[in-house]
Amino acid sequence: MVDTLKIANREFKSRLMVGTGKYPSNEIMVKALEESGAEVVTVAIRRVNLDPAKRGDRSKESLLDYIDLKKYTLLPNTAACYTAQDAIRTARLGREALGTELVKLEVIGDEKTLFPDNEALLEAAKVLVKEGFVVMPYTNDDPIMAKKLEDIGCAAVMPLAAPIGSGLGIRNPYNIRIILETVKVPVIVDAGVGTASDAAIAMELGCDGLLMNTGIAGAKDPIKMAMAMRLAVEAGRLAYLSGRIPMKLYATASSPIEGMIK
Amino acid sequence: MSIFEGQGASASGGGKGQVKIMLNGKEREVVDDTTVLGLLNELDIKPQGIAVELNLEIVSKSKYNETVLKDRDKVEIVRMVGGG
Repeated sequence: MVDTLKIANREFKSRLMVGTGKYPSNEIMVKALEESGAEVVTVAIRRVNLDPAKRGDRSKESLLDYIDLKKYTLLPNTAACYTAQDAIRTARLGREALGTELVKLEVIGDEKTLFPDNEALLEAAKVLVKEGFVVMPYTNDDPIMAKKLEDIGCAAVMPLAAPIGSGLGIRNPYNIRIILETVKVPVIVDAGVGTASDAAIAMELGCDGLLMNTGIAGAKDPIKMAMAMRLAVEAGRLAYLSGRIPMKLYATASSPIEGMIK
Repeated sequence: MSIFEGQGASASGGGKGQVKIMLNGKEREVVDDTTVLGLLNELDIKPQGIAVELNLEIVSKSKYNETVLKDRDKVEIVRMVGGG
């Protein structure tokens, strides 16, 4: 059976999307990306460093030198944008720099929690959808917001499981379930996943995909954790498709009762 | 807080034969008639994988050679970096 993730007119075999920030080195990042099986990798858009003093041997290197574009689809983000205007500018710059319509739209509302600013997110999403972007908004786990984002033409919704980089796991599985019942576009849990069981839980709920960065990059061994996350996403997805048994309070014997010796 | 910090400041009038631009939030002098492509060459930046914004408008790569920088222009040059 072919089980693919479809976003706008793109199709992916892997349901795990991985960020490219905060790895101990680019070499470890390359190996972790490979082990994760991810096809979509997120990147940030920032000013080119023009300070000659800071342009040492390695700072002249580009992340592009490490990411095989034949293998990976780049998903530029608008991280660290606190206004709709900054997010829109960053999205446009990302499209121009990387030649992709895809954008992981973030409009951050607060430095401490990095929770989204819903009002500004909606405003930015409207503008970018009109400009032909495939908008994938990072949102809180609010079904009403998810519906609004779908209605204005977003290609997916990306509710957080917990604050970015917190590793707290799926804090509100019931809201995620309601979001899954509310929207038709893919639901991709973004942010908060700490370990493999968190990833499996998200997929068992029926989420279409998962995006993570710190959970892998911040692990003591990011390469092994990337492998763990790949397996967890696959296991969770298979369990979801298999249809789990209902939970019951009391035991149900697995062995037959008939034919017991007397 | 903005990732485009320093946008607010504007450059004062340029000297003879030079114009002052704001480049990535810092003042910089370039000679008259410098194009975007000329600026990139001067900075030793290859046009692949970057984007240039001039006074809040994207400059498409096909226009790098014909877009001339004027006094007080605000220029942003960006590329991708690691992120989540």
